[in-house]
Amino acid sequence: MESMSAVLKSGGALFSGAEGVIQAQVRQEDKTPREDRLTVGLPFVDDARMTCRGVSVFYGEKHAINNVSIDVGRNQVLAMIGPSGCGKSTFLRCLNRMNDTVEGCRVVGDIQLDNLNIYDRSVDVVPLRAQVGMVFQKPNPFPKSIYDNVAYGPKIHGLASSRAELDEVVESSLKKAGLWNEVSDRLDQPGTGLSGGQQQRLCIARAIAVRPEVILMDEPCSALDPIATATVEDLISELQEHYTIVIVTHNMQQAARVSQRTAYFHLGDLIEVGSTDRIFTNPRHRLTEDYITGRFG
Amino acid sequence: MYPSFFLLLLLTIASLAYMQGKRRAFSLTGLAAGSSRLHSRPGYYGLLTALWCVLPPLLIFVFWLAISDSLLIAMAMKTLPTSLQNLSLDQTDLLVNNLRNLIAGHVAARDIDPVLEKAAEQYIGLQHISQMALGVVMLVTALFSTFSVYRRICPEMRARNHVERIVQISLVLCSTIAILTTIGIVLSVLFESIRFFQQVPLTDFLFGLKWSPQMAMRADQAGSSGSFGAIPVLAGTFMISGIALAVAVPIGLMSAIYLSEYASSRVRAWAKPIMEILAGVPTVVYGFFAALVVAPFIRESGELFALSVSSESALAAGLVMGVMIIPFVSSLSDDVINAVPQAMRDGSYALGATRSETILRVIVPAALPGIVGGVLLAASRAIGETMIVVMAAGLSANLTANPLQAVTTVTVQIVTLLVGDQEFDSPKTLVAFALGLLLFIITLILNVIALYVVRRYREEYE
Repeated sequence: MESMSAVLKSGGALFSGAEGVIQAQVRQEDKTPREDRLTVGLPFVDDARMTCRGVSVFYGEKHAINNVSIDVGRNQVLAMIGPSGCGKSTFLRCLNRMNDTVEGCRVVGDIQLDNLNIYDRSVDVVPLRAQVGMVFQKPNPFPKSIYDNVAYGPKIHGLASSRAELDEVVESSLKKAGLWNEVSDRLDQPGTGLSGGQQQRLCIARAIAVRPEVILMDEPCSALDPIATATVEDLISELQEHYTIVIVTHNMQQAARVSQRTAYFHLGDLIEVGSTDRIFTNPRHRLTEDYITGRFG
Repeated sequence: MYPSFFLLLLLTIASLAYMQGKRRAFSLTGLAAGSSRLHSRPGYYGLLTALWCVLPPLLIFVFWLAISDSLLIAMAMKTLPTSLQNLSLDQTDLLVNNLRNLIAGHVAARDIDPVLEKAAEQYIGLQHISQMALGVVMLVTALFSTFSVYRRICPEMRARNHVERIVQISLVLCSTIAILTTIGIVLSVLFESIRFFQQVPLTDFLFGLKWSPQMAMRADQAGSSGSFGAIPVLAGTFMISGIALAVAVPIGLMSAIYLSEYASSRVRAWAKPIMEILAGVPTVVYGFFAALVVAPFIRESGELFALSVSSESALAAGLVMGVMIIPFVSSLSDDVINAVPQAMRDGSYALGATRSETILRVIVPAALPGIVGGVLLAASRAIGETMIVVMAAGLSANLTANPLQAVTTVTVQIVTLLVGDQEFDSPKTLVAFALGLLLFIITLILNVIALYVVRRYREEYE
């Protein structure tokens, strides 16, 4: 930064100088030695719900995730942060095999949910995804009524044997998602008619309704305004009692607010894992420090 | 001087006008002109000049096209002796026709009236003069209007707004043409139908069960007086269209689902264009395929089950027509299914839904409006299809529910009624218009119902 401002002050060769600085920075990053890319901190926990060992992901020829090992603690919120394109979303989508739907995507390594490898040949992806639910970046309610949105999962998995039971599942899910009071009188209205924050909570209710063990959230608040974001963040803290949550976020304050553990990804590598307090107050890796102090990313 | 030459000249002047207008706009601005800035980009000034160069002469040309012939004929008729000028209306019409034939060089075998010949010469002479005059007038108008616009170019001139206004007007004109044509067709069919219903009662037409549109030409001729019950013809139309849709909708929809949800992108890239070729096969080819291959096949298969199948059957026509309209259903459905956002699929998969559950419960409902649109398009093709029916289903108007018998359709009857020399005051000919109107109203009602269904059940994604 100092050299940048020096260049800016020098005036004359302003543009070429600034470019030179940026290029130098990029080159320096790329030169980060391999041993510097090894994960530091505490990637493993005693009471793990999901364990990932040596996970790599390839999109065709592209190596998107490189040898990541990390545990997801039971009833904890794990936040994954990192600059755009660092692979955190890709890694998240490995955890419920959503990457299966992407053409040319290949996952190697070992990901276990309750000591069962989810990439094992014997594992069916359909019940897996019922166990590991997912909430997406942009709220994507189905173009159905609010009721049908929540009832969709229980219906296809046969979780409710009667209409009354289904009603109950829908109500309890909407209550858990903190949406019941707002929509209880208009369950037959289309879910797409709700506001962005309500839609996102509807998507969370929809995920809860199939009784998952783990909920994956891919930047769940990036399309929401600050008030809706605060509501969803409160909801995440409440959900943590019953569920294990992995959240990808660009917002470091959000990571600090909602999570117990934080993982920092950089260009497909898991750089540092640790308790959220420790990561944000005392990062051990230079790249983590650069990122959370706002030096780049 | 020929119109094409004038057109070429006009275009040349227009392109010159464009360049000059642009250059003038440039010369008004730039560093030399100091602080004055153009309201619009220079190209708009050029375009405005060019448009003013082309449009007024073209308007004059269209006006001339519209009135010149009747004007010239009237002038030529004036040269005829007074004895010929005060004839009755019919005789004048005849005279004008003879005159036109002479002018066009279609000399009848009869001897030519020297008076008429003179009038024709007069006409041709006048035509030459008027064409020359037209050319000069167009040219002068072009130059005049170009120059006046050119003179008025100044930095404050709102050239862009003027050009956009002209473009907007031309857009309105284009859409008006389509609307006016539709209205014109409907009205002409309506008026002819009204003439028909003056001779045959409406109830006989709508509820009559016998279709036999033969009329006795002369009083002593042994022929039926004709019965114009539309029910058998309509029943044939609906039976054949129904069979066609029963073939096309499941096959088309399923192939669309396969192409958009299951097929790899390489298969899709090959399969979709090939399916669309089906829509490009001329219907007459389908027709002889139906008549020569499918109909005999159905007859022979029917014989195996001891069924009597006529060699021209509704089933044969319907099956082949169904194949013909598959691409309408599949291609449109494929497009709308592809347009359903990936986020919908992801949302469903993330809840542990299988592919088939996702398709049935999320994607097809979301794509329903487009799918219904495709089916409607296919249905209107099926109802309007003529050639296959003529060749494969026959002409006999049986009122039957048996698809193995020969039936006929509304469109086929219209064709047979209007082919050849016809007199336009006989119900036999006029009934064609009534049938056309009926078909139009029925398809309109179908469309309205489908729109209602779509609006009622559609699931609108963002």
